Amino acid sequence: MELLSGADMLIRSLQDEGIEYIYGYPGGAALHIYDALFRQDKVKHILVRHEQAAVHMADGYARATGLPGTVLVTSGPGATNTITGIATAFMDSIPLVVLCGQVASTLIGEDAFQETDMIGVSRPVVKHNLSVRHPEEIPGIIRKAYYIAATGRPGPVVVDIPKDMTTPNERYEYVFPKKVKLRSYNPAIRGHAGQIKKAVDMLMAAKRPIIYAGGGVILGKATDQLTELVRMLGYPITNTLMGIGCYPASDRQHLGWLGMHGTYESNMAMHHSDLILCVGARFDDRVTNATEKFCPGARIVHIDIDPASISKTIDADVPIVGPVDAVLKEMITLVRESKEKPDADAIAAWWKQIEEWRAFHGMRYETSPDVIKPQEVVEALCRLTNGEAFVTSDVGQHQMFAAQYYKFDRPNRWINSGGLGTMGFGLPAAMGVKLTHPDDEVLCITGEGSIQMNIQELSTCKQYNLPVKIINLNNQALGMVKQWQDMNYESRHAESYMGSLPDFIKLAEAYGHVGVRIDRKEDLEPKLKEVLAMKDDLVFVDIYVDRFEHVYPMQVARGSMKDMWLSKTERV
Amino acid sequence: MRRIISVLLENEPGALSRVVGLFSQRNYNIETLTVAPTEDETLSRLTVTTSGSDKVIEQITKQLNKLIEVVKLVDLTEGAHIERELMLVKLKATGSQRAEIKRTVDIFRGQIVDVTSSVYTVQLSGNSEKLDGFIQAIGTSGVLEVVRSGVSGIARGEKVLSL
Repeated sequence: MELLSGADMLIRSLQDEGIEYIYGYPGGAALHIYDALFRQDKVKHILVRHEQAAVHMADGYARATGLPGTVLVTSGPGATNTITGIATAFMDSIPLVVLCGQVASTLIGEDAFQETDMIGVSRPVVKHNLSVRHPEEIPGIIRKAYYIAATGRPGPVVVDIPKDMTTPNERYEYVFPKKVKLRSYNPAIRGHAGQIKKAVDMLMAAKRPIIYAGGGVILGKATDQLTELVRMLGYPITNTLMGIGCYPASDRQHLGWLGMHGTYESNMAMHHSDLILCVGARFDDRVTNATEKFCPGARIVHIDIDPASISKTIDADVPIVGPVDAVLKEMITLVRESKEKPDADAIAAWWKQIEEWRAFHGMRYETSPDVIKPQEVVEALCRLTNGEAFVTSDVGQHQMFAAQYYKFDRPNRWINSGGLGTMGFGLPAAMGVKLTHPDDEVLCITGEGSIQMNIQELSTCKQYNLPVKIINLNNQALGMVKQWQDMNYESRHAESYMGSLPDFIKLAEAYGHVGVRIDRKEDLEPKLKEVLAMKDDLVFVDIYVDRFEHVYPMQVARGSMKDMWLSKTERV
Repeated sequence: MRRIISVLLENEPGALSRVVGLFSQRNYNIETLTVAPTEDETLSRLTVTTSGSDKVIEQITKQLNKLIEVVKLVDLTEGAHIERELMLVKLKATGSQRAEIKRTVDIFRGQIVDVTSSVYTVQLSGNSEKLDGFIQAIGTSGVLEVVRSGVSGIARGEKVLSL
């Protein structure tokens, strides 16, 4: 029988769970745990400079690997600083376990120093949270936390650990449970066979079908099945911002991503379709535009592991609750065995129409002889890295340009805060990726507004040698805010301009990194090449781009999917 | 449309706050809420009455089911069911009012459970409409205090909500 203190049990449980890295920041209520961490070498701790960054780092790791990320912080401010990170992961269904210190159980409720009701504060933004009430519960709670975080529709789980649960000299028997069984939590393991059959019949009968795939395909590790089904059918596919990489962007059947800043052809094809096969997406408002005008002629098949995502905003004609990989696999079999075949003439006519849309617009922007366009930067990066880099982004225009012009053929490589839209996400997420993918190129495409929301992490990058490349698309303004003000507020730029930007080169150098400024168009590609050749350095590339550029296409507010601005002057 | 949703919930600290929190987070409305342990001490039974379109009610039940601590739930209003609410009400009762109130209490099959020289305390159970009807019959001017338990419900026949 092995006797361990609560703190040792916690670390031992992490080892038994197979956790290699945790990201965090120490403080009073977590000190027993940090001491236990110090006395072993299996679980490695990465010390960030702000707890929010620890969560984004764990999140970046989780998105790149598909495995749950782990965070350790202290009570009170340590815990509350994680909230934005937790909410970010929650909105994008990212598996995380956030371990929070808490004041001693005897002090809870007395407004003790650094006390916050973390269970209450985190409740709306977690998949679940758990509180330790006896040290012996710790291994079971840790096991349960990872199980809940990673299964079904994944999400963040908070574990609240009062300090007296980790007291060093109080030892209990350590038993790490082999299995987790929860009577009230049983995610679906397969879809309803009858519904799947019905969906396949509808797919075969469709004249203007489209596949609309989302982040669930990546989270559900179903990109192979999706690709196989789509190729087998020969139908067009579009995906959401979160679904980028779930189907190769360079493939002819791929129409690009859809929604507010999606491609003209994908939005047009959605609007005019007669059948939408939605796979692991959730008809988010940034996709549908006005729901009452959404795709009037389309019948909808919706596959999702989370029944609450189905018919939430758009009613599904055929709902299928189940893991996307298992459901798609069954569909592939049924399509292969089906006596009915797709209507070749109708599908050919549909493709002809789609090709016309693609030719009419596609993705384009106007270049300028002397000003660097942000889109050109992303295109150059895509060329120079063969489209194979991990790309994280923050939130705003740079995020949209990155998503539009970097062509991802693989999943888990495009890493952004799609649901919550968290500025400050990009750098720590990139760090989380780089730590476990040291030989891969990791780019953080950001803007001068977003990067300053977690700039302190340059220090963490120095400590752990994380040579990410920060691509700052510097337009000297909060670009997306300014774009909306240009379009909706007669160019009254309320607080969207930053008049006192730091010298990012000196700033990078102050943290011990390399800074490179690019402000002439002819320097763009050669300098980017130099930057990418500096394998061992974190390089902060400050690129002065067109200050007046807008992101297009852009859906017209409260319109249907087909109502878009294609440039500052063209509206369809 | 008004609905009665009955939930079996893990009898654990914080479980109730998750249910209540869900309603406010997602802008659903709670009209009444009752909760108490069941014969199985690991489970609580919670009854919530709410209203909304079919779409909203579908979302409410799905979102409730997503909560890890919700074990099972049923929308009682989908089938034949019995609903009951308990009301205790203090009424001004002096002079000739006393006999009149007594008669009304009898008509509604309530009981006077406490008496002073000027006050009757009445206990009444039934569905919510019946309790409303009693207050209306008495007239609000005579009512000193009302406490209602909120709705509890159970399906008719052999249908059972259990593990």
